[in-house]
Amino acid sequence: MVQVIIYLDQIFNLMANQETILTVENLGVKFDNNEILRGLNFFVQKGDVLAIVGPNGAGKSVLFRALLGLVPYSGSIRWSPKLKVSYVPQKFNIDKDLPLSVGEFLGFKEKNTGKIINALKSVGITDEHHIQHHILKERMGWLSGGQIQRILIAWSILDNPDVLLFDEPTAGIDVGGEETIYNLLKKLKDERGFTVILISHDLNIVYKYANNVICINKEMVCYGEPSAVLDPASLAKLYGGEASFYKHEHTHHD
Amino acid sequence: MINPLFLQLVVGILIGVGAGYLGSFMILKRMSLVGDVISHVALPGIAIAIIFGINPFFGAFTALFLAIVGIWFLERRTELPSETLVGIFFALSLALGILITPEPELLEALFGDITKIGSVDALITITAIILIFFTMFRIYRELTLSVVSKQLAQSMGINVSKINFIFLFMVAIIVALGLKVTGVFLMGALVIVPAAAAKNISIGLSRFTKLAALFGGISALGGILFANYFNLHPGPIVVLASGVVFILTLLFRK
Repeated sequence: MVQVIIYLDQIFNLMANQETILTVENLGVKFDNNEILRGLNFFVQKGDVLAIVGPNGAGKSVLFRALLGLVPYSGSIRWSPKLKVSYVPQKFNIDKDLPLSVGEFLGFKEKNTGKIINALKSVGITDEHHIQHHILKERMGWLSGGQIQRILIAWSILDNPDVLLFDEPTAGIDVGGEETIYNLLKKLKDERGFTVILISHDLNIVYKYANNVICINKEMVCYGEPSAVLDPASLAKLYGGEASFYKHEHTHHD
Repeated sequence: MINPLFLQLVVGILIGVGAGYLGSFMILKRMSLVGDVISHVALPGIAIAIIFGINPFFGAFTALFLAIVGIWFLERRTELPSETLVGIFFALSLALGILITPEPELLEALFGDITKIGSVDALITITAIILIFFTMFRIYRELTLSVVSKQLAQSMGINVSKINFIFLFMVAIIVALGLKVTGVFLMGALVIVPAAAAKNISIGLSRFTKLAALFGGISALGGILFANYFNLHPGPIVVLASGVVFILTLLFRK
């Protein structure tokens, strides 16, 4: 049934002249006979913002790793050819103690200082003097959570990707800062026209910024436009009994 | 005939520079404890080599190699090396080594004696240091990125496991070389202390690694000259010299 819907959707999109850049069919991941993901079917179109939601341990990060080809999987993952995919994982070991400057970190991806400065300007650090004399020379671990996230976004757009995979873009940021990061991602997406696939725990953000959402808890619980599919029934199924998330409620979960 | 003190200084400084440089990456990888005690593992290897009449360097290197393979496996299985296990295993190796090392050689094995080196040792040292720096300049970007985020490094096509193995292999080489200078007890300190001193006064990676190498070299130079002048045992003096550098850097801590 899901398959049929996908095909129908694809035909419709062909008619609407939208380009499908990723098709995932019957995706499964197992670690040592332990089933992590099972029977996922979805596709992504150019310019989409697809959010992946689900409880802790639902396999969201594993899905990203499968999409990047970093873990063995069954089923099929088809990216359209010659796509440049940039990935920002959730796990970073950046603490106060790590002797690594912002300039050195960004320099690992791009040698050209001009391009680095442009990327930093794009993420809202606009003062060139401040960038060259302070930001680039600053130790990564001394930055605030929000600043680190900006640097990571700058890192991810350095090589002009077609697709951005972002695992919890606001991990370690206070609630006020979250809006800023998402607004920034949206602005960059609109300017540069890339496609965003992100993992988020915050359903309010999903309603606001994503045009498609996949809910997973090992298998697919819902898939479609957030306002259409994130109903109390599927949320209850996704998060178990505690269906405390609701469209207009401003609950925040870590 | 080369002046013996000159030979000691050349070998000592080269080993100090290499140990400091590699030590900076040990600290970056949060392996200070492992770095500090890894040299203890060499003793049973030295003992077995002496018993069978083989050059102790090879016995030490074999034991260290087995130890780094063990650490490498632990790293692969878990995110961080299980320090307790490493600590216990290394202490047991030391106990076993003390028990089986023939009495006349025990003191030299434990505390080193750079005054006994010859021109062959110098040649081995020079070759090994060139190999170490050549290798490290090729892998330092990959190594650092895999410390910052293993997932990020993997998504960029970096074989984290292979890079870690190559790095630990270099550590085994420098520790085996350094046993001549400081002996089994103190070689770990020559890896960690100069690097810890460098970290006190560095913000970024470039300065940190260069200063670590410099401090390692200075400690060896100062220690050997001081020991020679006052007719003391050079090994402990070299380590104490690195301790003096560490205390001085504390005053200028960033």
